[in-house]
Amino acid sequence: MEESRPVLMEVTRLWKTYGAGDARVHALRDVSLAIRGGEFVAVMGPSGSGKSTLMNILGCLDRPTRGSHRLLGAEVSELSASRLAEVRNRTIGFVFQAYNLLPRTSALANVQLPLLYAGAPRRELRRRAAAALARVGLQARAQHLPSELSGGQQQRVAIARAIVNRPRVILADEPTGNLDTRTSIEILKLFQELGAAGITIVYVTHEPDVARYASRIVVVRDGEIAEDRPQAPAVARPSLEPAS
Amino acid sequence: MSLWRTLRVALAALARNMTRSLLTVLGVIIGVAAVIAMVSIGEGAKARVAATFASMGTNMLTISSGSSQSGGARGGAGSQPTLTWDDLAALRVEVPGVVGASPQLRTNGQLVSETGNWQTSVNGVSTEWFAIRSWTIAQGRTFTESDDAAGRTVVVLGRTVIDNLFGAGVDAVGRTLRINSIPFRVVGVLESKGSSAFGTDNDDTAVIPATTFVRRITGGLQKYVAGSIVVQTADGATTRVKDGIAALLRRRHRLRDDADDDFSVRDLSEIAEAQAASAETITSLLAGVALVSLLVGGIGIMNIMLVSVTERTREIGLRMAVGAKPWHILSQFLVEAMVLSLAGGLLGVAAGIGAARYMAASFGFPLLVRPDIVVLAVAVSAVVGVVFGLYPAQKASRLAPITALRWE
Repeated sequence: MEESRPVLMEVTRLWKTYGAGDARVHALRDVSLAIRGGEFVAVMGPSGSGKSTLMNILGCLDRPTRGSHRLLGAEVSELSASRLAEVRNRTIGFVFQAYNLLPRTSALANVQLPLLYAGAPRRELRRRAAAALARVGLQARAQHLPSELSGGQQQRVAIARAIVNRPRVILADEPTGNLDTRTSIEILKLFQELGAAGITIVYVTHEPDVARYASRIVVVRDGEIAEDRPQAPAVARPSLEPAS
Repeated sequence: MSLWRTLRVALAALARNMTRSLLTVLGVIIGVAAVIAMVSIGEGAKARVAATFASMGTNMLTISSGSSQSGGARGGAGSQPTLTWDDLAALRVEVPGVVGASPQLRTNGQLVSETGNWQTSVNGVSTEWFAIRSWTIAQGRTFTESDDAAGRTVVVLGRTVIDNLFGAGVDAVGRTLRINSIPFRVVGVLESKGSSAFGTDNDDTAVIPATTFVRRITGGLQKYVAGSIVVQTADGATTRVKDGIAALLRRRHRLRDDADDDFSVRDLSEIAEAQAASAETITSLLAGVALVSLLVGGIGIMNIMLVSVTERTREIGLRMAVGAKPWHILSQFLVEAMVLSLAGGLLGVAAGIGAARYMAASFGFPLLVRPDIVVLAVAVSAVVGVVFGLYPAQKASRLAPITALRWE
């Protein structure tokens, strides 16, 4: 069934090299990977393995040194900075380990940010941002500043920001890295719900416990893909009270 | 993204970093205000020096008779009368650039009114003298040419004399007083000039027609002018007129080529020029101080703009990650810098003019704000603000978003 879905993003013979001459380091060596629409993928690997570099290139935040990167069937590695910005804005939602919310800015305004650059009409901004906040269970916190929110709540604001422009894929780099176990499970449950709603999700983690919830595991080691296998995902069940 | 939305994004960013915004604006205010205030004070000081000299009669030459010599001892200037009334008449018509000329005869006299008496200097002059010495009339009138020609006993008094003879604030026009027992009618009161540069009271004086002076007060010396001659010259002609008068007098006095002048011609414009030059130096000095303060203000603006660059680089990375194009980033930072510069510039102009006004009032200077300096100060601050506000943003917007996001 998975094989029947169209390929959403694909990298082929991808290299990423830092430095020059003797100091040259290959972060990625000849990596090829295809992710289909609706997949829920965990990218694992020790630190320095190149998993984050792979994610950044998949998310058009960085450019490959060599190789092809296709998104929705189109080659994107040669696009201009402006075109890449449009691609990120329309197709990809990002979730970072450190949340990366604008400080001293309300949750609602943070969530509106991608819509500003999408050129959404002003009335839409508020409505869609409020809907996204409601989707992550934070409608009551719309006017709170990041400093007034817990880590889990901040990460949920970041997820609302990632989904507000209805992207095809969410890319998350260690999304639970700064959170305790219970809060991590809440975030993963949210990802599973979003995945069930049809959004493709790729997340990086180095914790097997966190990777359990994905339906496919990709292990990166020394800049190469060491393992790529499907798995039966664990069901995220937040232990006690519902998220608020 | 519309201009309106760019403006809103920029204003939101400024509000989010309120302290930084205020410090930047403060830097611009200080830079602009210091320059405007400094140059205004310099201009005010220069104007006051110029006004002081104008009140002394800048375009004025004083011709004195030569000195007497008996047995090797020389008298002072004017001790040997050599200037004649014919000399005076001749230089009026024969030397180009002479606007007016007046004898200036002086003696001390005892003035007596019904209510008091006072000794003061009594000056015998022609009607042109008032213009030459920049005197204006506060009440009444000056005496006329017919008063002078007829030798009428009319007098124009200085404020101090009025105060002592008739009492402070009394309107003395039309009243009668005696000078050396001769009755004179008061026809006018001089506008007060206060103290001279040498500390003497300019207002302690009485002025009567020269003819009256010669006939009624001192007598004698029909041919010679028993005093000096003051000449008013056309603007910028002082040196030429001075040479013309010297040549005329040497010719009329039939002096041989190797003989010394038997008169002297002195001008105030030498002092006035020196004063104007020193005022110019003051202005240059103040402009230099102002430029330094502009530089310091500019460096302050630059620093505050550059210091926040780490935080702002991550913000730029995030904005690019969620879809901002490099152009969006640049226009946001450009608008931010322009808003800060504009706000700082306007407040700076207001503060600068306010400071100049306050200091002008306390120093007694006229308030002179030079528009070109205002424009220069605002322009320099704006350029510094925009360049150093935009430069880091321009650099950051060229990074890969992930590099900007991870900037430390």
